[in-house]
Amino acid sequence: MERSLMTQTTAESPARRQRAQLKARTLRTDRWWLAPVLTFAALASFLVYGFWAMFDPSYYIAPYVAPFSAPCLLEVCPEGARVFGFAPIGDWFPLPPGVLVLGLPGGFRLTCYYYRKSYYRSFWLSPPACSVAEPHGKYTGETRLPLILQNVHRYFFYGSVLISAVLTYEAIVAFRNTDGEWGHMGVGTVILAVNAVLISAYTLSCHSCRHIVAGRLNHFSRHPLRYRFWGLVSKLNARHMLLAWVSMYTVLFADLYVRLVAKGIVTDITFF
Amino acid sequence: MSYKAKFRIWRGEGGEGRLEDFTVEVNEGEVVLDIIHRLQATQAPDLAVRWNCKAGKCGSCSMEINGKPKLGCMTRMSTFGEDEVITVTPMRTFPVIKDLVTDVSFNYQKAREIPSFTPPSDVRPGEYRMKQIDVERSQEFRKCIECFMCNNVCHVIRDHDENKQAFAGPRFLMQIAELDMHPYDVADRQDSAQDEHGLGYCNITKCCTEVCPEHIKITDNALIPMKERVVDRRYDPLVWLGNKIFKRSAAK
Repeated sequence: MERSLMTQTTAESPARRQRAQLKARTLRTDRWWLAPVLTFAALASFLVYGFWAMFDPSYYIAPYVAPFSAPCLLEVCPEGARVFGFAPIGDWFPLPPGVLVLGLPGGFRLTCYYYRKSYYRSFWLSPPACSVAEPHGKYTGETRLPLILQNVHRYFFYGSVLISAVLTYEAIVAFRNTDGEWGHMGVGTVILAVNAVLISAYTLSCHSCRHIVAGRLNHFSRHPLRYRFWGLVSKLNARHMLLAWVSMYTVLFADLYVRLVAKGIVTDITFF
Repeated sequence: MSYKAKFRIWRGEGGEGRLEDFTVEVNEGEVVLDIIHRLQATQAPDLAVRWNCKAGKCGSCSMEINGKPKLGCMTRMSTFGEDEVITVTPMRTFPVIKDLVTDVSFNYQKAREIPSFTPPSDVRPGEYRMKQIDVERSQEFRKCIECFMCNNVCHVIRDHDENKQAFAGPRFLMQIAELDMHPYDVADRQDSAQDEHGLGYCNITKCCTEVCPEHIKITDNALIPMKERVVDRRYDPLVWLGNKIFKRSAAK
């Protein structure tokens, strides 16, 4: 009896309840800091460009509309820049048209499950990399305000589906020439078309889309069509990170290209 | 093709200890666990390490090698340079018993807190009829070998011991997702995932997925789908309204 008590005492001793008292923040020997540094630089530069583009007035040169200002909903928008010629917001909004619409794609990327991973790691260092200690004394994650608002992601997804449709429309009308006649194709047309495809692919690869399509179901067999769509979205979803980065750079490049053409810095090459 | 490798291994009982240096022979084709066994046989007979199958299927030899959670039996020595110092430490999130052996009872406690599979009361054993496509999604999660490296690497408890009470860790949130996706499970998993098992603590930084030796997509296929199901239940007014108007049942 005494012997078993002694054994139990040893098993319950306070020292046994401690983790290894390693002082180092991490024992990783690889360049774990490289990914968060590059991510920080890439995301920060995108934000800087986006902020500049929001206020830049050179967002239209027929037949191209810069994606950061699409859809152009104000009366100040040139006729060719409007979606189906409509300007539903009128003239009461005093800021450039990009300011009005960028919240949707911006919010979509801000609450995106992939971007959350990337900026939690690179901006907030929570954690900077796997098995590297974060510098914060307390952590509550997405359990309370403000981060609990990340759960609004699906509504940004709905909005981004509309934005994808608008970018697709803008890419289609870019096959018209400056006189509005079909049969035009320039470098800008190709860039806008590629951008529309990649933005749409990124939008459809979203985790919320995967859930809405059929992920919320427990009986796939009762919903064969939804199950088939779920399979397709799952294939895209496996490449969500890749699509997030590629579409981020294509939209930036497409936007910059249109603005440079509009400013007369670059001449758009016309194929036919 | 053998060479002498430099190892630094955590030695000590409980939390107190130190990194001890060893120089030890390495032969072609060996893994880290082989080298630890050679150290036991030649230089440190009292070096404690938990192991069993040596095939990456029992989940016993979880440890941290050069700071990364890995299975000792699946980490080839050929992945290191011959002049590289290899540091081997116990899993950081759990208390140390001795040397590389940790007390993982936190995980057993969390497993006990999750209600087991709960079928409808009017379906008796032997009456379950499920199509393959209804169960194959959650079969991925059954590959788990319970090495607990996902729970070990998760910063929610690795860096914040105080969260251990509120947070079940990726391994058990994945189990909740598996049960919630089960066609015959009728227990309420969504509210309890958020309120009792700490799903909201997960900030989807995907370290659990990175370290999983079974390559289970824990974050993409279990945690995020479970978060979306919680959004359906608690944060989406349209879904709530749809359920009210069309009187949709919880069974999907």
